[in-house]
Amino acid sequence: MMPLLTTKGLSRNFGGLRAVDGVDFALMPGEIRAIIGPNGAGKTTFVSLLSGRIRPSSGTVVFDGADITTMPAYKRVRLGVAYTFQITSVFANLTAFDNVALPVQRTLTDGRTKGQVRSGVMAALERTGLADRAGTPAGQLSYGHQRLLEVAMGLALKPRLLILDEPTQGLADAEIDNFITLVREIAKDATVLLIEHNMPVVMQLADRITVFNSGKILAEGTPEQIRANAEVQDAYLGATHG
Amino acid sequence: MRDASPAKAYALHIGVIALLFALNFVLPDYHQGLFARIMALAVFAMGYNLLFGYVGLLSLGHAMFFSAGLYGAGLTVYHLGWGVPEAFLAGVACGALLALVIGLLALRTSGVAFMIVTMMFAQVFYLLILYFAAWTGGDQGLVIQQASRVIAIGDASLDLTDPTVRYMSALALFAVVLLITLAVVRSRFGRVLVAIRENEERTKMLGYDTVANKLAAVVASGAICAASGAAYALLFGYVGSSFAGVQYSILPLLWVLLGGAATTLGPLIGTLFMYYVTDITSGFTSAYLLIVGVALILLVLFAPRGIMGSIRERWLGWLP
Repeated sequence: MMPLLTTKGLSRNFGGLRAVDGVDFALMPGEIRAIIGPNGAGKTTFVSLLSGRIRPSSGTVVFDGADITTMPAYKRVRLGVAYTFQITSVFANLTAFDNVALPVQRTLTDGRTKGQVRSGVMAALERTGLADRAGTPAGQLSYGHQRLLEVAMGLALKPRLLILDEPTQGLADAEIDNFITLVREIAKDATVLLIEHNMPVVMQLADRITVFNSGKILAEGTPEQIRANAEVQDAYLGATHG
Repeated sequence: MRDASPAKAYALHIGVIALLFALNFVLPDYHQGLFARIMALAVFAMGYNLLFGYVGLLSLGHAMFFSAGLYGAGLTVYHLGWGVPEAFLAGVACGALLALVIGLLALRTSGVAFMIVTMMFAQVFYLLILYFAAWTGGDQGLVIQQASRVIAIGDASLDLTDPTVRYMSALALFAVVLLITLAVVRSRFGRVLVAIRENEERTKMLGYDTVANKLAAVVASGAICAASGAAYALLFGYVGSSFAGVQYSILPLLWVLLGGAATTLGPLIGTLFMYYVTDITSGFTSAYLLIVGVALILLVLFAPRGIMGSIRERWLGWLP
């Protein structure tokens, strides 16, 4: 099977710092992949290179057979690469409905979906359990609901690859359980790449895990393999295992 | 805003248009003339509001779009002897074209730099008008004769210097632009413009080419402002460089702020308010600008969202 996304020698420097350093990475269609690693390992920079929010210093990104290295972010979104932000950035002054209407009308304009804006919006809101809050300004939603709205916006883009940057940050335990169910749902139609610090979430969700350290891939494998990997334990899990 | 019943919003706007229509038959001559002027200039304010209120781009150079319409219409009538409809369209086309060029250049900047760049371009435009005085009449301007301001329709003719025809022509333009604005801000395009105002980075990550959308808004705004300028030249028969000066870039900003940015009716209310405050106070004192200033300060203090913006915030959340 051909990978959905590959990177070759992908690097990004910030001044003298090599935030992402020659990363070769491949993601298979339909998998749930988690990226873990200590703070400053380059995880967010790496997914920002994939989504096009920042340009690489060198290397290539190939999505579904096409080189998208220099493609602007908005065009990648139209190809099906969706990104949800680490720091919640819903449109606080717009209603939940209008927040989701933006991605829905995008896919309608691109011809990737058919139908009415309204029905598309309500479907995405129902899937994330926000349907009864459609008319509420996003800024007045609770933090957990804002994170769900963010996911609803990502979903409404009908992504083929959904990149979630620390989606469970700040969520209560009960909300996390719902969230895991939701991601499993999403993964039926899309490939999911998530950066996550919450190890129980990672272990439950991920098909495979990629461990970043100092801008490089330190290890990659199934949750069991990663758990058993001595190098990973030193670099990252070490702290929690005492 | 979208969830409110569209019927209510359209009914309100059509009601306002009907009210203005009826006022033609009630107002004394002087106020009839003033209202015609206010409606023509409210179109200028609506064009400005599209960019400033909805996209959040603060331009300090919109006088150039207004005067592109003013001169585009005025000069084609004056020098080429064009009829009124052709001249009006020429004015709008000049404004749209100018806005396209200025937009391509100015949208490379944002925030304060955008303000300064648009202001500089407007100054260039103003100085060009003075430089080409042989055609533009320089700071004297040009008077368009009554004979040039008649629309012939078959055997009948519409004389734009007749107060009622002038009032109705201004109202027709105002009504068309008002309904277009209402439709645009309720459309998918309008939703994207507001999203850009709220968070441009996020809008990009939803798949929108924000630069192209902003450029479209600049062109639409420029064309509407030019329509106002073209109408002004044809209805009031005077084309002058003072309309390209910096105060005509500031005025639409004031009208919109007063009436309420990002409200469809705010530009009319702001223009109306400002004109009448000036008109009434200048009857009492030569220091009327002082009173206008105080009125502005009071509004900013007590209704920072403008008149319509405050009404929407406090009572009528469904107002578009």
